[in-house]
Amino acid sequence: MTLALETRGLMKSFGGLIATNDVSLQLPKGARHALIGPNGAGKTTLINLLTGVLAPTSGEILLDGRDIGSLGVEQRVGLGLTRTFQINQLFPDLTAIETVALAVSERQGRGGDWWRRVGTKGPVLEEVIEVLDRFDLTDRMTEQTRYLPYGKQRLLEIAVALATKPRVLLLDEPAAGVPEGEREEILNAVADLPKDVTVVLIEHDMDLVFRFAESISVLVAGAVLTEGTVAEIKADPRVKAVYLGEGEV
Amino acid sequence: MLTILFDGISTGMLLFVLACGLAVTLGLMNFVNLAHGAFAMVGGYVTVIAMQRFGVPFLATLPLAFLIAAAIGLVLERTLYVHLYGRSHLDQVMFSIGLVFMAMAGMDWFMGSSPQNVILPEALKGRFDFAGIGIGRYRLFLVVICGILAVALQLTLSKTRFGSRLRAAVDDQRVARGLGIRVQTIFAATFAVGSGLAGLGGALGAEILGLDPSFPVKYMVFFLIVVTVGGTSSIVGPFLAALMLGIADVGSKYYVPELGSFVIYAVMIAVLIVRPNGLFARPGR
Amino acid sequence: MTDITSSLPPVARAGRFLAGEARWSWLEIGFWVVAFGLAFFFRSNHLLFAEIAILALFAVSLDIILGYAGIVSLGHAAFFGLGAYTVGIMARSGWGDPLTGLAAAGVTAGILGFFTSFLVLRGSDLTRLMITLGVASLLHETANKLDWLTGGADGLQGMMVGPVLGRFSFDLYGTTAYVYALSVLFVVVLGLRILVHSPFGHALRAIRDNPLRARAIGIPVNRRLIAAYTLAAVIAGIAGALLAQTSGFASLDVLEFHRSADVMLVLVIGGSGRLYGGILGAIVFRFAQDAISTITPQYWQFWIGMGLVILVLAGRDRLETVGRKIVGRALPWIANKEAAR
Repeated sequence: MTLALETRGLMKSFGGLIATNDVSLQLPKGARHALIGPNGAGKTTLINLLTGVLAPTSGEILLDGRDIGSLGVEQRVGLGLTRTFQINQLFPDLTAIETVALAVSERQGRGGDWWRRVGTKGPVLEEVIEVLDRFDLTDRMTEQTRYLPYGKQRLLEIAVALATKPRVLLLDEPAAGVPEGEREEILNAVADLPKDVTVVLIEHDMDLVFRFAESISVLVAGAVLTEGTVAEIKADPRVKAVYLGEGEV
Repeated sequence: MLTILFDGISTGMLLFVLACGLAVTLGLMNFVNLAHGAFAMVGGYVTVIAMQRFGVPFLATLPLAFLIAAAIGLVLERTLYVHLYGRSHLDQVMFSIGLVFMAMAGMDWFMGSSPQNVILPEALKGRFDFAGIGIGRYRLFLVVICGILAVALQLTLSKTRFGSRLRAAVDDQRVARGLGIRVQTIFAATFAVGSGLAGLGGALGAEILGLDPSFPVKYMVFFLIVVTVGGTSSIVGPFLAALMLGIADVGSKYYVPELGSFVIYAVMIAVLIVRPNGLFARPGR
Repeated sequence: MTDITSSLPPVARAGRFLAGEARWSWLEIGFWVVAFGLAFFFRSNHLLFAEIAILALFAVSLDIILGYAGIVSLGHAAFFGLGAYTVGIMARSGWGDPLTGLAAAGVTAGILGFFTSFLVLRGSDLTRLMITLGVASLLHETANKLDWLTGGADGLQGMMVGPVLGRFSFDLYGTTAYVYALSVLFVVVLGLRILVHSPFGHALRAIRDNPLRARAIGIPVNRRLIAAYTLAAVIAGIAGALLAQTSGFASLDVLEFHRSADVMLVLVIGGSGRLYGGILGAIVFRFAQDAISTITPQYWQFWIGMGLVILVLAGRDRLETVGRKIVGRALPWIANKEAAR
């Protein structure tokens, strides 16, 4: 069986500083994997390497067995590797419909069409609504994103990523900054993501991780400290030490 | 040949004095100030007016040119520029173009559109031969003055407390405030000195670059080249860029006059293609 | 509106919403009716109107890169000037047909735009400013030095421009010029109306708002920007060509820095990123220029500059709200006066 996402000996150094040190991950299709680690463990660098913002110093990244290490950000999205952002990165002037339609049009290969209105060819709107519906966003889909409440924006952040039909979805702290009252909605949306999508959750919040993930990698100082099931990680004294150590700071 | 090189160096050093204020506002403070040349023009006209109307000797007008341009810079910074520090580059561009238009039309109204002449004192006229190189006295004067200024500037920025405070304020305003640095005062003083130096450069350059109300636009590209090609991480980059620009300008006008300023623009574009952050930028930024 | 539509299935609602965004408003229709209607009135002003239509076209082209794609350019005159010289040189060499001339101007400007777009994509705002400014300066200097081809500083003499469509020759009043320029503007706006509501147009807005995220959902940002920049260059070239054809003259002035600055000002006055902003701005700018020039012929530039400074300092949005308030107060006041009579 090929793996959905695999990295082999991924390294990244900035000058003398090693930000990612020999990271090898193996995620089967449909996995629910969490990547945890204290601040400064190199989570952001790792995401940037996976999505193509940074080029690795050495090592390979494989998506469905294909080496994608030399491809650009948008090409990787086209092949099915999409991420969300910890701090909302949306288009304040566009409505939810327009935002999601961008991703859908692009994936259907119509993103460059300038001679026809959005949604007048192909099943664009059907897909847009399907995605918006999944995240319960259809009520306010004709409002500009800037006017949506924060929790709704957070959902749109995931919705637009899902609209690219990813095989692997990287969720960067999906519930960050969301007020307590709206939190549950987001956790449910994350839990209900399609089963065939491989989801990597980059998270700080252990509650969310334990609730959602089936397997966990712990990242410390750029390297994988340990990997295992939720139960194994919970029991691992080293993980406790890392987090308790941070708690004292 | 060496004479041309010398002429180029002196023009380059003059350009540096003209543009170094911009290197700080644009380079360090990240403010796109296309009106920088207007301060230079003011300095030039201060010298012209002082000499023609009040009979002040040339050398005595130079401090005047500095002070008046600096004072205008200070007033404008406090009243207008200060509102635009955090704004988009488009806003800054539009605002400073507006100022340029006002300065050009205003100067035209006061002084007329004809080019102005500065009559140099006898001691600075003419050329002499040194080891086979024809050296213009005024050119030598420029090299000395501008050289002193460049060294003084570099020392101020790197060695004094003011320099370190300025760098702190530019790096992170909030942190600088937290350290008790009066960011506003520092910015105002820096802007004033930069404008003053432009004014001084305008006064010194009236003889070489010419002076008429279209000055700010005519040399805008030159100032911007000095800053962008030189890079914005230190004052040394712009200095070297100004020297290169001066030599290239004088040289190309002498050897290939039919190309005019073509060479300079082409070289600038080529440099920015290869090194978008400037020739002397720190790597990795 | 929401009452009727909320009962519809969401897909139909979304479709209606998008169609509604692209629908013609009465204001828009009225504008074009009036604009074309002006061809029958104010004959002595037709040359001015033609100039406004050309300036509007130029501003609309800048809007594609500034308003929709978010690139600040200091050298948009490069394409305008190239277009003007292209038809100028063609007309002098005996090819005076206006429409094919426009096409040729669009093509040459587009080629320049396509190649410079790669330079513009690199680096920061500042580098972009310099590259655009540098390209325009380079072209200016080239036109200045190649006087056997361009007439140098004296301008291009002896253009013979034929009649439009072989029938309508350019008259002294400028009626043909006006209708011709306005028609071209209309056709371009028709095209852009479609474009801004297309996937491509939305992608440009997304890139302006947040290029990082645009890439992260699979939009090939650079390719889109290259296309936008090239398109803007084509339209600017056509605008320049129109100016040369209607005035029968091309000089270094078409490549001058103030042209790039003016057109930015026009767009800022009218509002960028809204298609009709450039047209509105061109009308306001040209009439203001005309009005001020009659009072102080030499120094109108001063007042334009001052307007610019105030516009930026006060902020466009704020001025707009103030303007609306004044209109909002004035209208009932006028209505009351009328009622009192």
